[in-house]
Amino acid sequence: MSIWVIADHRKGGLRKPALEALSEGKRLADQMGTAMEAVIAGHNVEGLCNEIASYGAEKVYVIEHELLTNYNPPAYARVIGDLIKERQPQIVLMGGTMTGRDLMPRIAARVGAGLAPDCIKLEIVDGKLKAIRPAIAGKVRVEIGFKSEIQMATLRPNVFEKLEPDTSKTADIEKVPFEPTDLDTKQKLLEFLSKETGRPELTEAETIVSGGRGMKGPENFALIEELADLLGAAVGASRAAVDAGWRPQSDQVGQTGKTVTPNLYVAVGISGAIQHLAGMSSSKHIVAINKDPDAPIFNVADFGVVGDLFKVVPLVTEGVKKAKAQEG
Amino acid sequence: MKVVVFCKSVPDTETRVRLKDNRLDKSEIKYILNPYDEYAVEEAVRMKEGGKAEEVIAISMGPERAKEALRSALAIGADRGILIKDDALDGSDTYVTAKVLVKALEKDGLEYGMLLFGQQAIDGDTWHVPGQVAEMLGLPQTGSIIKLEVDPDGGKAVANRMVEGGEEVHEMALPCVVTCRKGLNEPRYPSLPNIMKAKKKPIQEYSVSDLGFSAEDVGKAGALTEVLSYALPPQKEAGKKVEGEPEEVAQALLQYLKEEIKVI
Ligand SMILES: Cc1cc2nc3c(=O)[nH]c(=O)nc-3n(C[C@H](O)[C@H](O)[C@H](O)COP(=O)(O)OP(=O)(O)OC[C@H]3O[C@@H](n4cnc5c(N)ncnc54)[C@H](O)[C@@H]3O)c2cc1C
Ligand SMILES: Nc1ncnc2c1ncn2[C@@H]1O[C@H](COP(=O)(O)O)[C@@H](O)[C@H]1O
Repeated sequence: MSIWVIADHRKGGLRKPALEALSEGKRLADQMGTAMEAVIAGHNVEGLCNEIASYGAEKVYVIEHELLTNYNPPAYARVIGDLIKERQPQIVLMGGTMTGRDLMPRIAARVGAGLAPDCIKLEIVDGKLKAIRPAIAGKVRVEIGFKSEIQMATLRPNVFEKLEPDTSKTADIEKVPFEPTDLDTKQKLLEFLSKETGRPELTEAETIVSGGRGMKGPENFALIEELADLLGAAVGASRAAVDAGWRPQSDQVGQTGKTVTPNLYVAVGISGAIQHLAGMSSSKHIVAINKDPDAPIFNVADFGVVGDLFKVVPLVTEGVKKAKAQEG
Repeated sequence: MKVVVFCKSVPDTETRVRLKDNRLDKSEIKYILNPYDEYAVEEAVRMKEGGKAEEVIAISMGPERAKEALRSALAIGADRGILIKDDALDGSDTYVTAKVLVKALEKDGLEYGMLLFGQQAIDGDTWHVPGQVAEMLGLPQTGSIIKLEVDPDGGKAVANRMVEGGEEVHEMALPCVVTCRKGLNEPRYPSLPNIMKAKKKPIQEYSVSDLGFSAEDVGKAGALTEVLSYALPPQKEAGKKVEGEPEEVAQALLQYLKEEIKVI
């Protein structure tokens, strides 16, 4: 009996949601008096075991093969799923990255395990996992219980606390053999088209500055970008701004965009339609700048500024610059 | 080749959610075709219009109202529908749903080239069913796609999947599974004549026993997870709101960022 965490990695490093999942896995394992173990699949990934160990994993299952260099859903699901069936960990967790949300359902189906997605809280009750998650566009919270022996969950990024790593810790390493099958070769990654902006990923960002239709045009997003860069923030957008072609699809926050949980979400010229709120209302702090005092965004804002964004935002940016200069 | 689109009937986001006896009060909810499934239907219909698919079949598991979701898909241009409807299905989780959908495909004897899903159903927001179906059928799968090129003669499809920091371009052998999202296409508004035509298109219905299941295999009894309770999310206290000259409000906001959030 143990708790497993599938460690998602990219460009030679563990993803932040993977660190959050390891931290939560360790917390639950301590509570149950059992071990936290990790699984990592890829090519040339053994080097990441030290970092995994520093988050408290006692053992790491390493699955390496050239076919696993890039995310391959059938192959990853088969090899990890079969390992789970063989070793029978009680709980399997993974960060809710795009890979996690895609892969875990396949694994769960292979194993015949119940899966709770996008969880914001996990508990052990009577020796079993209980998961709490938002549903119906964040309008309800549901508690999920499990009837299967093996219990699986993905964790919403930016919600679970990340432990301080302890680099003195080590882990046992078990290499798991990988024998390719026909199915594994039915899919391959042809290329990765990078759209990096140099800013943090929306789902993992501590701070987000988002603009909506109130920005009036794509050129005015320079105001948003300047403030975002000063704050080390990601840039988001409402659907109206994306559909107008002012911002790329990947910037959209909301029901048909991304769900985000930053520490600070600044909504600029966004009315706060229910579909937008669905993606950001669980942010820890929300600031809204809008000239309409009745805009619904003010119902969820911790700090609302009623005013013309074209006057207010430049003043705020100036102020942040000054404050940074004083600090520096 | 035939393509199958998976359509779920879901509550419209605008409707208010109420709870009654620790269950969702469904009495005043308005139901629609899941918006993510619209992208899947649109893509399938475009494949047919482009000569890449012969037939588009829309399939749904759900109560009587799921027929309306299927009719929406038929109005966009799907050719026929399959509805799996049975009181025993109440309480099914995504695992059971996937299992039932797979059986329905087998029952229909479909020789499909592609299975198109929405990335997520906006009620449960699980993103589960497509991957579960893909695994049960042993098919390749690309989720969250924003571009799709299908080559039926070459027996393959190439799909761009939106991920953090960019796009993964996956090549898959047919048959394969994709999940669709915003950015893939612009779903059309069905014309009135097409809405009328949709009413005459056939919808095949199956019960649980038609598919060879007993009541214990499905619904609450067959599920691997269960909803223990529902709660409304914690109500936020009304925040602070400032109005006034731009200099004043900007100062107030700066103070908030400095003292409360400590980002500066
Ligand atoms: C199925 C479905 C899915 C959807 N999914 C999403 C989604 O994922 N994300 C999303 O965001 N939306 C989504 N929407 C759309 C949503 O309903 C709204 O239409 C959209 O969020 C509005 O964007 P907005 O707030 O930028 O624009 P508007 O509603 O037009 O608001 C603009 C705001 O800017 C303010 N403003 C204008 N000028 C200024 C100024 N000079 N200074 C200050 N304030 C100013 C105005 O007062 C107004 O409040 C979806 C809709 C549907 C039907
Ligand atoms: N009951 C259902 N009937 C038909 N398709 C479904 C059903 N539930 C889920 N799906 C499909 O699976 C996708 C993802 O749903 P979910 O896993 O519930 O988030 C949906 O967009 C549909 O394409």
